Amino acid sequence: MRADYILKLLEKDERLDGRKLDQFREISIEKNIIATAEGSAKVKLGKTEVIVGVKMNFGEPFPDTPDAGVLRTEAELMPMAHPDFTSGPPGEDATEIARVIDRGIRESESIDVEKLCITKGEKVWSVFVDFYPINHDGNLIDAGSLAAIVALKNTRIPELDKEGKIDREKLKNPLPVMHFPLMITVGKVGNKMIIDPTFEEEQVLDSKLSIAVTEEGKVVAMQKSGSVGLTDDDVDNMIDIAVKKSKELRKLIEDGKKTSK
Amino acid sequence: MMKTDEKMIVKGKRLDGRKPDDLRKIEMEVGVIPNADGSSKVSFGKTTAIVAVYGPRSLFPRHLQESESGIIQFKYDMATFSVDDRKRPGPSRRETEISKVARLAIEPVLFLKNYPKTTVDVFVEILQADGSTRVTAINAASLALADAGVPMRDLVVGLSGGKVDDTLILDLCGKEDNYSDADVPMAFLPNKNEITLLQMDGRLTPEETKQIIRNILHAGKEIYKKQVETLKRKYSE
Repeated sequence: MRADYILKLLEKDERLDGRKLDQFREISIEKNIIATAEGSAKVKLGKTEVIVGVKMNFGEPFPDTPDAGVLRTEAELMPMAHPDFTSGPPGEDATEIARVIDRGIRESESIDVEKLCITKGEKVWSVFVDFYPINHDGNLIDAGSLAAIVALKNTRIPELDKEGKIDREKLKNPLPVMHFPLMITVGKVGNKMIIDPTFEEEQVLDSKLSIAVTEEGKVVAMQKSGSVGLTDDDVDNMIDIAVKKSKELRKLIEDGKKTSK
Repeated sequence: MMKTDEKMIVKGKRLDGRKPDDLRKIEMEVGVIPNADGSSKVSFGKTTAIVAVYGPRSLFPRHLQESESGIIQFKYDMATFSVDDRKRPGPSRRETEISKVARLAIEPVLFLKNYPKTTVDVFVEILQADGSTRVTAINAASLALADAGVPMRDLVVGLSGGKVDDTLILDLCGKEDNYSDADVPMAFLPNKNEITLLQMDGRLTPEETKQIIRNILHAGKEIYKKQVETLKRKYSE
């Protein structure tokens, strides 16, 4: 019933919460909210609330990149965040979310991983980005991607003591974050395109395309989801929307504002 | 218990400046997760727990159902970034045990017989760990259950006690927890006068053990008051 109503509204370019089709919900960003993490952020998109914490540990480099640090993103869809989520190891959805968040950061070459080498071929910094939804009301990928890049941007690398052990009470140099990609997910239902879907809206979407865009407007990662195919015109349109909205979101963040028209 | 040369108490003051019986700064909030039926966030100093309650709701798979009673499913989980060295995701043996004892700590306050075949789900996430996480989680669970409007015989108060440098203390922080001579996490029902969680590890005389329990019961009254105030605040807003 509710789904029919949502669809009916969308036909008239209207949404349940009164937003325009290409309008974000109110956005709030808080940095450094976890005292035990080396970097962290909380992002709210309307009623969706997510936390990302960054931990820095020693790791081994991959054989093909012996002088590069390692980035690892994981997500748990905690049962606390939604009645439909159940306990247990990360399933398809959690793994997809983690990998898509990871891809935006990795492919924008956001982190200068070569600065994270401690001993070439042996010891590097592993940067763990862990995503936890607190309340799921749709669009976890965009909220999580934003929380992840804000958390990384505010991450400080712990110092090493005389014996070479990690001293987490002394967080000093900032993590070298060179780029600030933003993920914009565009949803399609019928012939309408919307951004920042709520949980209820996600249930009626035919398909979604998540697109990570850098500050220069370059597309660095994409992920299509949903069971209905997209035409090339649809994809063109979605990319244009994502690039445009990423600029708007970037400005909102820079200006420290919460909403846009 | 780990050993350290560091003194835990200097001139009557603890590492963070507290006197032996002082609790850390306590913060409590309810209604923090819109999707949940009840929720809360509780901090004791740097230890922070967030809790969601869903239910009573139908329980699946069906073979878990009790025909004459509802059940509680309690999950205590530490966020990977809640500790110094990243915790591996997924339940550790420690977390599994805590989930069990914390469930038993709150079970006596619910009227589960009134909800046959259902479950009350309590999900705890420790966002920051600096000692006494299980008792912080129990305080948060008590608030979240009350926030969910689940009928309760009493609230549940959690507080830890212990011994460091020959001194009995309350509300152990992480370092005190690591290097204490003894550590006693406890939960009780303040109006019914029942102890519902009691664990201990370390080395104490019988007299010291009894004294710590009395100290916890006494200081726990303040925590009870805070819980009541927090719930009243929500309904007066």
